[in-house]
Amino acid sequence: MNLDQGDLNVAHSGETTERRCPERMEPSRHVTIASGDAQPSDATDSTRRVRLEGLNAFYRNHHAVRDINLSFEPGRVMGIIGPSGCGKSTMVRCINRMHEEIPGARSEGRVLLDDIDLQSSEVDAVSVRRLVGMVFQKPNPFPTMSIFDNVAAGLRFTGTPRRERAERVERAFESAGLWEEVKERLTNPGVSLSGGQQQRLCIARALAVEPDVLLMDEPCSALDPVATLKIEELIGQLKKKVTIALVTHNMQQAARVADTTAFMLGGELIEVDSTEKMFTNPRDERTEQYVTGRYG
Amino acid sequence: MSDSSFPRRHPLLAQTEHLRRRRFVNRVMELSAWTGAVIAVGVLAVVITSVATEGISSLSISFLTTPTNPFGQAGGISNAIVGTGILVALATLMAVPIGILVAIYSSEFAGPRSGFVISYVLDVLNGVPTIITGIFVFGLLVVGHQQSGWAGAVALAIVMVPLVSRSCHEVLTLVPDAVKEAGLALGASRWRTMLTVIIPTALGGLITSALLAVARAAGETAPLLFTSSIFPNLVQTDPSQVLPNIPVTIFQFSESPEPAKHAQAWAAALVLIVFVFVVNIVARLFSAQARRRIAAGRQ
Repeated sequence: MNLDQGDLNVAHSGETTERRCPERMEPSRHVTIASGDAQPSDATDSTRRVRLEGLNAFYRNHHAVRDINLSFEPGRVMGIIGPSGCGKSTMVRCINRMHEEIPGARSEGRVLLDDIDLQSSEVDAVSVRRLVGMVFQKPNPFPTMSIFDNVAAGLRFTGTPRRERAERVERAFESAGLWEEVKERLTNPGVSLSGGQQQRLCIARALAVEPDVLLMDEPCSALDPVATLKIEELIGQLKKKVTIALVTHNMQQAARVADTTAFMLGGELIEVDSTEKMFTNPRDERTEQYVTGRYG
Repeated sequence: MSDSSFPRRHPLLAQTEHLRRRRFVNRVMELSAWTGAVIAVGVLAVVITSVATEGISSLSISFLTTPTNPFGQAGGISNAIVGTGILVALATLMAVPIGILVAIYSSEFAGPRSGFVISYVLDVLNGVPTIITGIFVFGLLVVGHQQSGWAGAVALAIVMVPLVSRSCHEVLTLVPDAVKEAGLALGASRWRTMLTVIIPTALGGLITSALLAVARAAGETAPLLFTSSIFPNLVQTDPSQVLPNIPVTIFQFSESPEPAKHAQAWAAALVLIVFVFVVNIVARLFSAQARRRIAAGRQ
């Protein structure tokens, strides 16, 4: 997924920001940051396994997710593909319990993180969301907050002391590949950034609280190809630090970024395997039809 | 098309009967909508100009700064201005927090059924004639005691609560779900999300709602008739006493046999209408700001 420098320079001219640093996206730099040597010891390379066991999800009477068993392995990006309405977003929203925020929505089965059921009544939804971050389909920076405050917001929620915030915000911006672009204008409103930058701002915001798992729900569907490429590259770096679930309706994206790919259809998990196998030699006929564009 | 000596008209240029009728209907509808708009604006213009022309002659600095003199031309309405200020301020302090809390509950925490019940109740409360609100507060706080600024403020607050909570509810529901979800997904509780994300985004609109309710309360007369209407002609700032106020003063002046008092009633009306006008303009400024913020979150 490495881009060569020439491509990147072309890519840069496409976006609207003026302050640019050409070596910013140099891959080696990100590897260093992403490897986590600046992290507190307990966070170093601590990625966690998420397991879904017999997960069912409903919207009132609509059975949106049907009996899913799936394991998200540390250090690997899980791509989740399938046609619109197949339940892929609903499934990942069960992992951070955002599903239950929708009136009339409920779920059954288990979502295990370190063998603790996130859905159990003893576990508070707020604590779950501090370990499981999320990036949404459309960039959704807080409209009243500055670029800095957007990323610091999660730290304020978790009560991180003020003196630590600046450093952690900067680290989150660097992990999201946004620091060079925003460091001169941290007090500008978050919404003043371009769409692609806003999405990386949202990624930085999610990373600032150092989650173990990052759910990305079609994070590039509102972005142009250049911004999409940047985020895909970013995902490749981030997977060393966080377990990533990437929902996408773009099969090429799954092929480019995911290590493992799961195909969903009608709320069911049809097949899950290494991405290469899924796109070249899937077991299920429906998977083959979908990945070859004859279905959905 | 029997007339073959002319080239056939292109269908885009044909003047059919149907086309003429469509154009006519369109013009009639446009004109009647325009007339309606002109009438609405015209009524306001007539009210303001007649109040202004009748009232301007008695309006002066001393009218605004001297208390009422029950006889003749002398005297002003400073006592009523101060009293209305205190009454409306107290009512606002009571009604706006309650109204916003109700709006927060109904927009964020209530289920669909209780949300419906709350909005229905508020609509009914909003529809209660204000004279009935006045009698209610009279029975509650005045009978056995005496009229007081507190009683008047409570009556005005009852008028304000449904206005504030209904419009705040609308404003809060305008904040995009995406923004709310961002807060929740970041590990903020619902309450924290409300305080740090939703309310700041909607703040301009909330202020607008409060200001429009203030403007409405400042002009309400009926709630004060039973609660704060028998007042002395001097500046009174203690809400445990009866507070003079502009609407009741206008009513009393206009009942007076003296023509000078009638002119003063117009002048007091002018003061009131200018206040309402200014508050409305300020409210619009805040709502424009809120719209910008909400649009920024929606894009």
